[in-house]
Amino acid sequence: MNMTVTKIEVETATPAATAAPVVALTPKRPPRAEAYARMARETAVRVIPPLVVIALLTLVWELVCRRAGSALPPPSKVFADTRELIFDPFFDHGGIDKGLFWHLSASLQRVAFGYSLSAIAGIALGVLVGQSVWAMRGLDPLFQVLRTIPPLAWLPLSLAAFRDGQPSAIFVIFITSIWPIIINTAVGIRNIPQDYRNVAAVVQLNPLEFFAKIMIPAAAPYIFTGLRIGIGLSWLAIVAAEMLIGGVGIGFFIWDAWNSSHISEIILALFYVGIVGFVLDRLIAGLGKVVTRGTAQN
Amino acid sequence: MTAYLKLDHIDKVFTRGAATTEVLKDINLTIEKGEYVSIIGHSGCGKSTLLNIIAGLTGATTGGVLLENREVNSPGPDRAVVFQNHSLLPWLTVYENVRLGVDKVFAKTKSRAERDAWVMHNLNLVQMAHARDKRPSEISGGMKQRVGIARALAMEPKVLLLDEPFGALDALTRAHLQDSVMALHQKLGNTILMITHDVDEAVLLSDRIVMMTNGPSARIGEVLEVPLARPRKRLELATNATYLRCRQRVLEFLYERHRFVEAA
Repeated sequence: MNMTVTKIEVETATPAATAAPVVALTPKRPPRAEAYARMARETAVRVIPPLVVIALLTLVWELVCRRAGSALPPPSKVFADTRELIFDPFFDHGGIDKGLFWHLSASLQRVAFGYSLSAIAGIALGVLVGQSVWAMRGLDPLFQVLRTIPPLAWLPLSLAAFRDGQPSAIFVIFITSIWPIIINTAVGIRNIPQDYRNVAAVVQLNPLEFFAKIMIPAAAPYIFTGLRIGIGLSWLAIVAAEMLIGGVGIGFFIWDAWNSSHISEIILALFYVGIVGFVLDRLIAGLGKVVTRGTAQN
Repeated sequence: MTAYLKLDHIDKVFTRGAATTEVLKDINLTIEKGEYVSIIGHSGCGKSTLLNIIAGLTGATTGGVLLENREVNSPGPDRAVVFQNHSLLPWLTVYENVRLGVDKVFAKTKSRAERDAWVMHNLNLVQMAHARDKRPSEISGGMKQRVGIARALAMEPKVLLLDEPFGALDALTRAHLQDSVMALHQKLGNTILMITHDVDEAVLLSDRIVMMTNGPSARIGEVLEVPLARPRKRLELATNATYLRCRQRVLEFLYERHRFVEAA
């Protein structure tokens, strides 16, 4: 009550004229239709430009490749040639004569296997290298050299070692995607603020608790950066590796189409490879966003 | 005087390559149970290093820290620290941050339900129970520091170490939090050692103020008793002669006798 008294005194002291131009705020009501309209506008702003660009590019492609004697088919021909593959991705005529779904799923299985292995091994090695100065001094030069070796250069060696296409392909994915995971995890571990280490020391967390409760959450943003680069690389590697090892898989499908001069099928396969790669990348990015919620904001 | 916490001839020398810097020289201090002691000095005088040595986060080069006549040289929950920048773990909620320490300290002595109640009790002490499910990024700086205090208190430390706990806060929030810490000290009777560079804060909160000389080789220059009755009221003290005299004394020490000299 005292407060209001003081306030009144102050107000009476000021000239009344200054009080007059005060404008009452119009109450904000949330107009639902307007909100929907805004949402639609925002979506349109994001969706329309890529659609326009795609339409233009398709048009140019159509015009360029339409002429008689052009080496590549125009989009209309691609669609006509591959209509069967597009609308029936699940057929299975035995051998490697299968629908695109089966090829993609075979490739994805290899990636899932190889990538999971490299995620586990990569995070473990990254923690080791990030935590121990001696491990870093010993292993880092090795990593820096090995990571520059192109994925396919590993393939002959792994074929020699495993004597089979399937494990060789998985090994190539593993060895391709592990380096960014190791390196990013190590950087993340090294960048854990001293404050968090002090907190852990005062609370007396044991090494296992420190690993689970401080290290992994604190390094999670870095780890996910590595995982995201890794999934991209492993998808790059699988297509190339499958071209060489044969069997069912999107990579060999492309190679097979090339050998049978089905250029339209190659184009369709490239389209699918791109989409799947994009989805994989988004998947890991989304997972990272969920897991690192909180950590990244600080 | 019964020595609860005793700093015994602490020297600290940092060695980097061939260069050695003596940061602290011959620090001797005894603190009684329930006492509130502040350490004040210019920045760079090694007061945070001293706190880290007491906390066990840094080792002393020679000398040692005795807590209840037993040497302590590694970190532990008996000397809980409230860090300057709160140091809450951003991926845990307010509740989980406090619970982390409670789970470790009372793993054997308290049941799950008791630990839960104890966490909430401590959050209530600092008036943060309402934010139990918020993450540190969702609360203000003052609130974070409250949670930091709750986390330290919840470990039932023998000595509570405050490392410039209000340094990063605005003046109003700082005053509010200082009052809270005073009230907690009054209520719980903790032994508190606080690092600060704020003269008013030191005089208002402490029973004794330890003034450090400038580094390198910082020593304890002077120890000032603050003979003000508790509970202390910020507003009444503003005109209190004893308060002003103490304040004057610290200011003289810091700005006349041991003026901060920029390193040339």
